[in-house]
Amino acid sequence: MEFFEPVLNGFGVVLEPTNLLYCLLGVVIGMLIGVLPGLGPAATIAILLPLTYGIEPVTAIIMLSGIFYGAQYGGTITSVLLRLPGEASSVVTVFDGYALTKQGRAGTALGVAAIGSFIGGTVAIVGLTFLAPLVAGFALDFGPPEYTALALLGILLVATVSNGGRLKSLIAAAVGLLLATVGRDGFTGESRFTFGSLELADGLDFVPIAMGIFGLGEILYNLEERHNKVSAPAKVANVWPSRKDLKQASGAIGRGSVLGFFLGILPGGGATLSSLAAYAMEKKRAKDPSRFGRGAIEGVAGPETANNAAATSSFIPLLTLGIPANATMAIIFGALLIQGVTPGPQLVQNDPELFWGVVNSMYIGNILLLIMSIPLVGVFVRILRVRPAILAPITVLITLIGVYTINNSIFDIWLVIFFGVFGYLMKKFGFEPGPLVLAFVLGALLEESLRRSLLLFGGDATQFAGRPITAVLLFVFIVVILLPVLQKARKNRAAKATTIPTKHKESV
Amino acid sequence: MTSSPEAGRRATGGSHPLHPEPEHRVADPGADFIEDLTPEDLAAQWEEERPPAAGPAANIASAIVVTALGVAGTIGSIRLGLGSPAEPEPGLWPFMISVLLVVLGIALGLFGRNVLDAEKFSRSSLQVAAGLLSLVVFTLLLGRIGFEIPALLLNVVWLRFLGRETWRMTAVLSVGITVAFYLLFVSALNVPIPHLF
Repeated sequence: MEFFEPVLNGFGVVLEPTNLLYCLLGVVIGMLIGVLPGLGPAATIAILLPLTYGIEPVTAIIMLSGIFYGAQYGGTITSVLLRLPGEASSVVTVFDGYALTKQGRAGTALGVAAIGSFIGGTVAIVGLTFLAPLVAGFALDFGPPEYTALALLGILLVATVSNGGRLKSLIAAAVGLLLATVGRDGFTGESRFTFGSLELADGLDFVPIAMGIFGLGEILYNLEERHNKVSAPAKVANVWPSRKDLKQASGAIGRGSVLGFFLGILPGGGATLSSLAAYAMEKKRAKDPSRFGRGAIEGVAGPETANNAAATSSFIPLLTLGIPANATMAIIFGALLIQGVTPGPQLVQNDPELFWGVVNSMYIGNILLLIMSIPLVGVFVRILRVRPAILAPITVLITLIGVYTINNSIFDIWLVIFFGVFGYLMKKFGFEPGPLVLAFVLGALLEESLRRSLLLFGGDATQFAGRPITAVLLFVFIVVILLPVLQKARKNRAAKATTIPTKHKESV
Repeated sequence: MTSSPEAGRRATGGSHPLHPEPEHRVADPGADFIEDLTPEDLAAQWEEERPPAAGPAANIASAIVVTALGVAGTIGSIRLGLGSPAEPEPGLWPFMISVLLVVLGIALGLFGRNVLDAEKFSRSSLQVAAGLLSLVVFTLLLGRIGFEIPALLLNVVWLRFLGRETWRMTAVLSVGITVAFYLLFVSALNVPIPHLF
C-alpha cells in the first residue's frame, strides 16, 4: 500500500482543472503537429518552451509530454490516408496503412492504429509506474564516475542511432559539449570562451539554442521544400474496426507494446526505431510475409503500438537517471531545469507530485487521444487541408515573440536567429541537430562528474574500471564505438575475397 | 530522434504533379488512388525526391570548419590552463573536446568525403535567405516601432512571396494573424512585448 500512496496522490494532481486543461492542450497540439507535415514534436516543444515559464512545473511537463505522445497518434493519419508520414515514427505505417486505404479500409487502419496506440501507451505507463522507482532506487548510489560513464554512453548511443551519418552525429555532439562550456566554470568561477561579452558570462541559454536549432532551423529548412497541395479525402468512413480485424491485430498489438516499451528505454531508441523494429518483427513472424505492403493489418498495428509504447517508456531514463534518451527528451530535460527541477534518481522521492502527476497524466492524455482518433478523427482529417504556407509565418512569430518574452531581451531573438541559421546549415550539410542539443544539455553534468571523479581518483583515470557499474557502462561504450569499425573491416575482407568493387560508402 | 529531417522531407514531398510515377496498377477495388507501389518502390521514390546531394566538396568544407573550430578550441583551452588530471583547471575539459573535434574533423575529411548526405544549395535556397532577411528586419524594427507593423510585413513576405498565396488571402490572413497576436499577447496575456498601439 505504501507504494501506491504517492501513485494515487498523483491522480489528485492530474485531476486539478488547470492540469487537465494543459493535458488537453498538449495532446491537441501534439495531434495537430502529428497530422500537419513540417514541424515535428521536438521542434514544437522547443518553440513552446517560453510558454512554460509562467506555469507550475507539473503543469508544464504534463503539457510538453502530451505534445510528444500526441504526435505519435497524429502522425498515423497522414501515413494511412495520404501515404505521407506526418512523423518519422510513422514511416513504416505507410506501407500497409495506405494499402488498406486503397482497398477502402482506411477507417479500419486508423481505428486499429488508434486502439493499438492506446494499448501500447497504457501498457507502457503501467510498466513505467513499476520500473521507474526500481531504476531510481538502483541509481541512488550512483556517484560521479557512474554518471560520467552514463552520460558518455547516452550521448554516444543517441549519436550512433540517429538518422545522420555516425561521424557527423559525433561531431554535432562534440560541438554541443563545447558550446556547453561557454560561460563561468563551475569549479573555479573563471570565464571561458565569453570573448569579454557580458551576455555570455552566464553561459549560453538552453532555450534560444533549442528554439533556434530545432524550431527556427526546421522552419527555414522547410521553406526550401516544395509546398505541395495535398488533397485530403473529405470523409473517412467507419473508424470502428470489426471484431475480426481486432482479433487479427491483437497479437501484433501485444508484441508491439512489449517491444516498444523496451526499445524506448534504451538511449537512442525511442519511437522511430521501435516502429521499424516492430514492422520487421511482424513481417518475420507472419505465415505469409508477402501480405505485408498489401494491406496487412498487423503491419499497421505493430509499429503504431510500438511507437507509442516507446514514446512513453523513453521517459524512464529521463525521470529516473536524469539522462535523456532522445532529442525530445533532451528538450523536456531543459524545460525541467528551467523550472528548477533537476531530473534524477531523487525525483521520485523528493518530488513525488511532479513525478506521479506527469506519469498519471499520460493515462488521461491517452484516453483523450483515443477519443480524438476515433470519433473525432474527421475533424483532424479536415485540418489536413490547411496549407503549410499559412502555418509558417504563425510559427515564426510565435518563436520570435516567445523567446523575447522570457527575458524581455532582443539579444535573445538574435541568438535564436543565429542558431536557426546554424540549425538550417547543419541540416543542409547532413548533420543531425539532435545529438548537439542532447550533448549541450548533458555537457555541464558530464564535465562536473568527470572532474569530480578525477578528484576522487586522485587523477588516476584507470580507477574508472575498478567500479563495476562504471566498468560495464564503459565496456558497452567501447563496444558501440568499435562495432561498426570491426563490421566494416570484416565486410572489406569479404569484399576483397570476392573482388566486388564497391562504389559508394553508405554511411560512416 | 523523433523529428528527423526525413520526416519533414517525406511529409512535404509527396505526390508530384510534374512527375507521373511509373504506373503498374493492379486491379484493385479502389484503384483510383495515386498508384500502387511496393515498399521498395516507395523508398526509391522518396530517395529520388530528396534534394540533390552535394558532392565531396561540401563534406570537405564541413571537415575544415570542424577542424578549425577544434584547433581554435584547443588554443583557447590551453590559454585557460589545463592543470593535471588530479587537479584539473578550467581548460582541461574543453581541451579534451577540442582535440576530439580535430580528430573527428580530420576523419570526416579523410573517410567521410564521399558520403552523400549533404544537400546542394539550389535556387530555392534563396527563399531561405529571403525568409532570414525578413526575420532580421523584424527584429531590427521590433525595438523601435513595436511588433505590429513588422509582424504584418513578415506575414506578407511569408504568405505572398514564400508561400505563393494569392494577394487576397495574403491581405486577409496577415491582418488576421497580426490582430490575433495582438489580442493574445497584448490584450489577453499582457506580455511586455514592445507594441505601437
